[in-house]
Amino acid sequence: MTSRTSPLPDLTSSYKRLLGTPGPGRTVSWRVWVLGAIGIVLLLSVTQQFAKLETNDLTSSGTWIIALAWSVPILMAGLGGIFSERTGIVNIGLEGMLVLGTWFGAFGTILYGPWWGMVIAAIAGAFGGLLLAVATVTYNVDHIIAGVAINIMAPGIARFLASIHFPERGGSITQSPSITGVSNFSLPFLAGGKIGGWRSPDILGAVEDWDWFFVSDFAGISRGFVSGMSWLTLVAFLIVPASTLLLWKTSFGLRLRSCGENPHAADSLGINVYKYKYYGVVIGGALAGFGGGFLAVQLSGLYREGQTLGKGFIGLATMIFGNWRPVGTALGGLLFGFAETLRLRDPNAAHGLLLLIVIALAILVLRALYQRRTQVAGWLALTGALIFYWYLSTDSVPNQLPRITPNIAVLVVLIFATKRLRMPAADGQPYRKGETG
Amino acid sequence: MGRRIMYVLAAPLVAVGVALVISSIVLLFAGANPISAYQNIWEFGTRLETLIETLNRATPLYLSGIAVAIGFRMNLFNIGVEGQYVLAAIIAAKVGAEINLPPVLHVTVIIIVAMIVGAFWSGLAGFLKVTRNVHEVISTIMLNAIAVAGVVSYLLSIWDVPDESLDTALPTIPESGWMPSLNGFVEIFTRDIKRVELWGFILVAAAVGVVYHVVINRTRIGFDLRASGENATAAEVSGTDPKRMILTAMVLGGAVAGLVGLPELLGSSHAYNLRFTQQLGFAGIAVALLGRNHAVGVAIGAFVFGWLDRASGVLEVRGDAPREIVSIMQGVIILAAVVAYAVVERKRRAEEAAAAAAATAAALAARQVAADQGGGS
Repeated sequence: MTSRTSPLPDLTSSYKRLLGTPGPGRTVSWRVWVLGAIGIVLLLSVTQQFAKLETNDLTSSGTWIIALAWSVPILMAGLGGIFSERTGIVNIGLEGMLVLGTWFGAFGTILYGPWWGMVIAAIAGAFGGLLLAVATVTYNVDHIIAGVAINIMAPGIARFLASIHFPERGGSITQSPSITGVSNFSLPFLAGGKIGGWRSPDILGAVEDWDWFFVSDFAGISRGFVSGMSWLTLVAFLIVPASTLLLWKTSFGLRLRSCGENPHAADSLGINVYKYKYYGVVIGGALAGFGGGFLAVQLSGLYREGQTLGKGFIGLATMIFGNWRPVGTALGGLLFGFAETLRLRDPNAAHGLLLLIVIALAILVLRALYQRRTQVAGWLALTGALIFYWYLSTDSVPNQLPRITPNIAVLVVLIFATKRLRMPAADGQPYRKGETG
Repeated sequence: MGRRIMYVLAAPLVAVGVALVISSIVLLFAGANPISAYQNIWEFGTRLETLIETLNRATPLYLSGIAVAIGFRMNLFNIGVEGQYVLAAIIAAKVGAEINLPPVLHVTVIIIVAMIVGAFWSGLAGFLKVTRNVHEVISTIMLNAIAVAGVVSYLLSIWDVPDESLDTALPTIPESGWMPSLNGFVEIFTRDIKRVELWGFILVAAAVGVVYHVVINRTRIGFDLRASGENATAAEVSGTDPKRMILTAMVLGGAVAGLVGLPELLGSSHAYNLRFTQQLGFAGIAVALLGRNHAVGVAIGAFVFGWLDRASGVLEVRGDAPREIVSIMQGVIILAAVVAYAVVERKRRAEEAAAAAAATAAALAARQVAADQGGGS
């Protein structure tokens, strides 16, 4: 039989029909991106100007270099969630997979250096994913229950292994000895990177130093994306477009997504649904493991118990408000990385951030008025006024606030955006071949 | 009947068996002799003092498990017990320290405050679900972080009283707000107890268990709750307001969750401090899963987890292995238990279907025979 592979093109179009028409906002034109970027920078520089911060931390390249790096674990957890949930398996276990990644990343780095450490972290995360897949796909255990079990087990595994391996290597039960990550690089000319031994001019850095309104802010933020970046950060951000291509431009991705939208239809078209669910969850676990490894190896320079601080859950939330798509998830990750950086670098900047929220709310009020949604505008204006009062009447915010800002942001986004989000149609539903419903 | 009991017991037994096998492998890997390790655990774990510590540990675990189970009964995942109980504990500790009331009343007020706080925090998640359709798993996880890392940490910093120990702690609750230990009662049946005290809150926990069982199985609201969990559409058609049921389940679960911190607060610490036991909320999820949301099952689950926690310390003392092996054991037990429950459930359903098919066939055959005979006479 030679026709074994020939029906594929036809099948592909069938899957496309099966997946339905793309949702709203699927393709965003480049103009929107450019305008959006300019708008955000403008917002930040206005805040910078009016908040009278002692440091220009909101738009300095230093802040954004760190923000980019701190967004990686959240981003990778979010991408891991996408791969898993696109096949229909809800992945609450991401947090546990991050934890596995932190321990194995640190241990692998001690033994074989950071690159192999990251590979080992990804394998450990993939193991967590495999565990979830066995429970949910093969044994049909409720996805959330299985994920919770992994979240309970992973810290236990990490602590147990740490207590065996780290004390004798100069660490302790809760902490590894310190480790060094991979090296950083800067782009030549734009950010003063080196070509051979020659140090190229740092154009963006020079513009940033002019201290002009908006122009220097723009240069500072841009420089944050092209300088002092670790090679691992680059790898992480290359995985974003790679995931988009894999999921939306290959037949593998199409099949994988079809399992999350309508597994019975996918099965009727000859797709091995179980296999693709395993692929999705295991790939997702590997990405989360990478994120955990990055947190330990590159960001913290050691494994410490409890260092993930719920980043897996935040990653899950960025996935939701990235609408189960990689690029949106990356933007969400960047937002949380930025919040995390402000917390670490300059608690005062968090106070300035209140003003940022007020300005953003004011813009939303105008938009709501323009759309004649007066009630919404009223609520937004009231919230804005309260936050503005808070801003004026205090000099600083409690230092707990920056820590929980991402969590509040997630709730706010979910409260206001649930109607615009569309999760995979069969997400979270049990699937058994040949049984409907 | 015997078959039914077998089905109920099969899964947990399989789970514990698998956990023992995997733990043995891990112990061997860590260079310890599993047999002697288990012997040590058993010997240490059956001492009266260890058993009392186990009960002290099991009491909050049980409350946490019941709090989760209330939601599970109608397919709601209250992952937020962690935030609910820590927030309730710190506010109840503050209120308890500020007021001065006669003994029993004082404790009652503390309990009520804790329940209200827990119910409020959990109710937020319920409110978001019914009004804005925010999934309770995500909202309770976010509310956990907001409560523990945000609100509790902030309250601890502003309510901290500087004392000679330089410990970050809230003021101590006056003695009228303490719960007496039950050592005297236990000693009637056994011997003198050294070092440890059995916290009196275990009686409250038992009462909660009884009320939970009665409400779920014997009242209208319990029936509606279970019906909504089994088949939300059918329940709605039969006149249950699903939104109200969601809110009710979240608020009730939160009220019980508010109690989780109290055994320790009223029984031994008498003040909220940095060492206050955390992570009981997540353990409660495990306990509820293990006990299949049944009042007695959850109690057994809580006892097993509490016992593993307390008895495992001996591993380190005797130099067998790090006690952290218990976390792995607990994780394996949960995962093995849920897988085993799923497999057993599927098998039971298949068998029921087969039995029903056989019965139908037999009935049809009997009718056929009767009809033939009827035709013959």
